[in-house]
Amino acid sequence: MEITNIWYFLSALTLLSALMVVFAKNPIHSVLYLVFTFFCISGHYVLLNAQFLMAVNIIVYAGAIMVLFLFVIMMLDLRKNMPESKSSLVKLAGSVVAGTLLVILVAAFHKNSMPAPTAENTANFTSQTGMVENLGKVLYSEYLLPFELVSILFFVAMVGAVLLGKREAGERNF
Amino acid sequence: MELMNDVFTAKAIFIGIVFAITLGIAAYSTYFERKIAAFMQDRIGPDRAGPFGILQPLADAVKMFMKEDFIPANSNKWLFIAGPCLSMLTALMTSAVVPFGDTVTVAGVTFDLQGIDVNIGILWVFGIVSLGVYGILVGGWASNNKYSLLGAIRAASQNISYELAMGMSIIAILMLSGSLSTKAIVETQQAGHWNILQQPIGFVIFLICAFAECNRTPFDLPECETELIGGYHTEYSSMKLGFYLFAEYINMFISGAVMATLFFGGYDYPGYSFVAAQLGSNAAAFIGMGALIGKALLFVFVFMWVRWTLPRFRYDQLMGLGWTGLIPLSMFNVVVTGFGILIDQPILAGLGGIVILFVGLFVNDALSRKKKIA
Repeated sequence: MEITNIWYFLSALTLLSALMVVFAKNPIHSVLYLVFTFFCISGHYVLLNAQFLMAVNIIVYAGAIMVLFLFVIMMLDLRKNMPESKSSLVKLAGSVVAGTLLVILVAAFHKNSMPAPTAENTANFTSQTGMVENLGKVLYSEYLLPFELVSILFFVAMVGAVLLGKREAGERNF
Repeated sequence: MELMNDVFTAKAIFIGIVFAITLGIAAYSTYFERKIAAFMQDRIGPDRAGPFGILQPLADAVKMFMKEDFIPANSNKWLFIAGPCLSMLTALMTSAVVPFGDTVTVAGVTFDLQGIDVNIGILWVFGIVSLGVYGILVGGWASNNKYSLLGAIRAASQNISYELAMGMSIIAILMLSGSLSTKAIVETQQAGHWNILQQPIGFVIFLICAFAECNRTPFDLPECETELIGGYHTEYSSMKLGFYLFAEYINMFISGAVMATLFFGGYDYPGYSFVAAQLGSNAAAFIGMGALIGKALLFVFVFMWVRWTLPRFRYDQLMGLGWTGLIPLSMFNVVVTGFGILIDQPILAGLGGIVILFVGLFVNDALSRKKKIA
């Protein structure tokens, strides 16, 4: 099988499962389709030879964040919290927001149109760019400041979570 | 097709063999678990099916298949079936990156005794482990039973909590080997330089986390009978239940193999180079595969030993140990390892780390006791 065929198959699968996230009636099914979408995206990373991103995508998104999503949805009483149909105002607002995002994305891609790979622009291409050693070197040299700023952001978020979850003196346990 | 060459065929056969070995060991783990339990409780254990009860796993399998396969009326049918399937799938996928042996040449084809040698090896293990919880979570929710749901939620929070400490203990290993590839990690430990000598604290953390990730006693809260009937598999019967139990035994064996790879030199054994010189590198590699499986089985025994020795934790104790005990300890271990690399004495630093840890615990204990009296 040629690699382009794999790409087409994977892209179709990604789009299909992403659509199913939106169309599924049951929120649990939605989350599971979203997990499957993340797997498909990880497959795209493998096609780009970015193994590290593939593993991190699975560990962080499919393995941790989606488990928490599932966790929260399971704790909710779905029959009580699921309205029969949303009001038309909410539907209109949702369509407008989603349409705006679509326009922005299309415009962004249109502006930086990706040239098709030819002999000239793939001359400097190395298949090892996505490997973890190269990624680490780039992160710790070229993008050191943004990298450290992100870690400070995480630290602030952690302190905030601890502060929210902390029990005040004299407060009840449950 | 260029993919279908000799190496591909050889690897396919090797993966089939690993698959068969894993399933066989998992099946016989159930037998040995009962034998060891019987030994510890001064009983005889299974002895009816065949000599010494050696055919007991087969009899169990026949029983499992013959039982009525019941699906509760109000359950979510597809997810109810998907739960045990996901558990089995994730349990079997981890062994792909475990290096079972060095390079061998069979019938003119040279290949590694390893499923895939990716340069993110240990992250692969980590990713699959983090997916392992889906089988339990999906099955427990789809059962439409409060006890199953409680078991599933316990499993999910326990796995996420202990994954953090597990990852931190692996970081210390990565600092020593300088590579994520499991093959490279094993190669830095050849000729007796096993990581356990340099990473005693890291190994203890990893072992405890492995118990929690496999849902084994003393951390088997998701299937705690006294509180939750059967936990996440309360509604399951027949081979679906069998798959859940089987996945647990596979996880035990595979986590034993991963621990042997990370801390006990993988396929290394005393006198490897001597055997290689006497009998050729092929024989040495195959004996190495046997050595790795032997080490993994030793860990399976430790899992069973602990199960019949220690009582179960309470849930808040479990969370307390994970978040306030193991995560700070693993950070301490990373600092100690860094110091060891800095002064180029990793073994000395490992021992020093243990000494500092115990002194710190002792001082802390003495101080807090004085406060209590005052």
